[in-house]
Amino acid sequence: MGHPALAADFTADRERARWHDRALWFVREKRDRMATGVPEWEKLREMASAIKRHTQSLMADYLQQFEENATRHGAIVHWAADAAEHNRIVLSILQSHRVQRLVKSKSMLTEECHLNPFLEQHGIHVVDTDLGERIVQLREEPPSHIVLPAIHIKKEEVGECFHEHLGTEKGASDPKYLTEAARGHLRSCFCEADAGLTGVNFAIAETGGIVICTNEGNADLGIGLPKIHIACMGMEKLLPRAADLSVFLRLLARSATGQPITTYSSHFHGPQQGGELHIVIVDNGRSEILQSEFRQSLDCIRCGACMNTCPVYRRSGGHSYEATVPGPIGSILTPLQSPAQSSTLPFACSLCGSCTDVCPVKIPLHHQLFAMRERLDQQQLIGTGKKLQMKALSVVLSNTWLYSLVGNVARAALRVLPKFLIQNPLTPAGQWARQRELPEAPAKSFRQLYAERQQSNDQSSPGSH
Amino acid sequence: MKVALFIPCYVDQFYPDVGMATVQVLESCGVQVDFPQQQTCCGQPMANSGCMPEARPLAEKFIDTFAGYDYIVSPSGSCVSMVRNHYDHLVSGSDAQAVAVRRQTLELGEFLVQVLGVRSPAGVFPHKVGLHQSCHGLRELRLGPCSESMTPRDSLLQQLLSGFAGISFSQLQRKDECCGFGGTFAVGEEAVSAMMGEDRINDHLQAGTEVLTAGDMSCLMHLDGMIRRRKLPIRVLHYAQIMAQAMQQAPTGQDHPAVTR
Repeated sequence: MGHPALAADFTADRERARWHDRALWFVREKRDRMATGVPEWEKLREMASAIKRHTQSLMADYLQQFEENATRHGAIVHWAADAAEHNRIVLSILQSHRVQRLVKSKSMLTEECHLNPFLEQHGIHVVDTDLGERIVQLREEPPSHIVLPAIHIKKEEVGECFHEHLGTEKGASDPKYLTEAARGHLRSCFCEADAGLTGVNFAIAETGGIVICTNEGNADLGIGLPKIHIACMGMEKLLPRAADLSVFLRLLARSATGQPITTYSSHFHGPQQGGELHIVIVDNGRSEILQSEFRQSLDCIRCGACMNTCPVYRRSGGHSYEATVPGPIGSILTPLQSPAQSSTLPFACSLCGSCTDVCPVKIPLHHQLFAMRERLDQQQLIGTGKKLQMKALSVVLSNTWLYSLVGNVARAALRVLPKFLIQNPLTPAGQWARQRELPEAPAKSFRQLYAERQQSNDQSSPGSH
Repeated sequence: MKVALFIPCYVDQFYPDVGMATVQVLESCGVQVDFPQQQTCCGQPMANSGCMPEARPLAEKFIDTFAGYDYIVSPSGSCVSMVRNHYDHLVSGSDAQAVAVRRQTLELGEFLVQVLGVRSPAGVFPHKVGLHQSCHGLRELRLGPCSESMTPRDSLLQQLLSGFAGISFSQLQRKDECCGFGGTFAVGEEAVSAMMGEDRINDHLQAGTEVLTAGDMSCLMHLDGMIRRRKLPIRVLHYAQIMAQAMQQAPTGQDHPAVTR
């Protein structure tokens, strides 16, 4: 369907779109207050960006170092070239331990790989244990935000969903009551699980440790009870040293939700006693991105700040992007993987640049979106209509005489033609005029007025030359 | 000092008064400008659509047109940003002429403040003014403080207007959110663009804005279109128009009231 049509649907319910916009703006303002409280905020962003740039330039070396150190702690490291291999590896680990019930904390990578449906096809019962993720899982829909997966759902709708699935009282919408119900439900899931799967926020090459950040403690519960822990990570999650972590932990939660730090920042070095820790490192196109002009998009630490600040995302909702990662960063990452299916995303952006300024690792998001548009043009994916319009416009504007002529004719037409002709909904002018007036066309252009003024100036001061 | 005026294509065609006001402001600051007649467009509509082969001839034409001037001044942050920040991708970086033109292309306020040393010129403008911080001026040219960034900056636009007798400024709830114009975005993503515009206007309504102003007529064209559709009591003026109008009523007896060196 493409972003413009889905976004039009979302904005059609103005009250809901406003509510969504305000909910995310509230998070953006919390982030601003937190950033204001750190005098060295801009310095931290510089450092984070520099650490990522350094790590990327030595990616292969650091990956090897990480594998060696993680293995030394007793972890088993697996390498997956793509999503399919990642899913096969996870399934084979689960099958070799006869796992029937898996609890999962948030992992955008497993969303990217579509792990849940794959495991369910193979008879494994998967429960997402992050509250927001559990809500969207019960509603059988994808998350609409990478940090706040159920931000598009109102508490009354959560009440309905829990009434149906968890047996809460009909009509109940008190967040505390609903959270308690989810808590009880998830406790039993944790106790019954045979294995726990988590994402990875940071992997430290120097120590071989991994770091998982959550607010609900669900990752810790999910891997504290079962003996098998599978941690899935994109290869870009790597940091060279433990000291580097301090920069990122200070930036992550402040940027994401406006908290000084996530409630839990858990470090894992090897498996628990008598258990197993499997770390699956996934490429899935990342090596290619690393070699392209879009390499900085791999710096992303998945804080979601670009979504919270994006005026388009806030008003069109995460689902309008039809992508695992929506918003500004998603509009770069998705067309890198499937350009033909996501060619409208880089244009779902007014190039306002707000995303670039909130990004804690300084990805030049709006410049990458600008560059992605060029790439889509080179791939002939911007649409023949638009391309033809731009070709015609370029010809007219390249010739001053033709430009002036077309300008004069167009202004005259705007002044005399009836509105219904000018505002034909199939034309760009008609699209413009759906909710806005067209500019009023003046009789004379600036260059005409200016030439007249010069002439009268020359006449009034004949000796001036 | 040889100064050329660059009037963006849509200003030339639809807002000649903004161009004339720019000339008036520059002249009242003692600067005589040239208007090279062969100029058309900076190429931004094509570049923002991803169509670099279509944008390139316009970048080349722009450089040809404006080579040799000390400064190229334009009442549009967005077009200036196109020239300064995106021409490196369109014309050769080793072309000294191109590099000079890119570097010397300034937004009107930048030229007034940074080159001429204008601070807060005298004048009269007894109205409540709502400043719309156009994104490219704000986040590409850094003409003011950005709410996202913790780096302190002065608001050039507010400074230029703040000396006028009787002027006051609206307190907005979101002081620098995008208006939703975005070039072809306004048409390609019409629904979101219109909602963004609506939200900006509502913010100005609650703040009691009488005159809405900005450094980019393109944002104002979009907002004005919505204001006129809803028949709202907000006047829309480019800040050059406010300056021209206000400075005409400045106390007499000074040669160039704007310039304090």
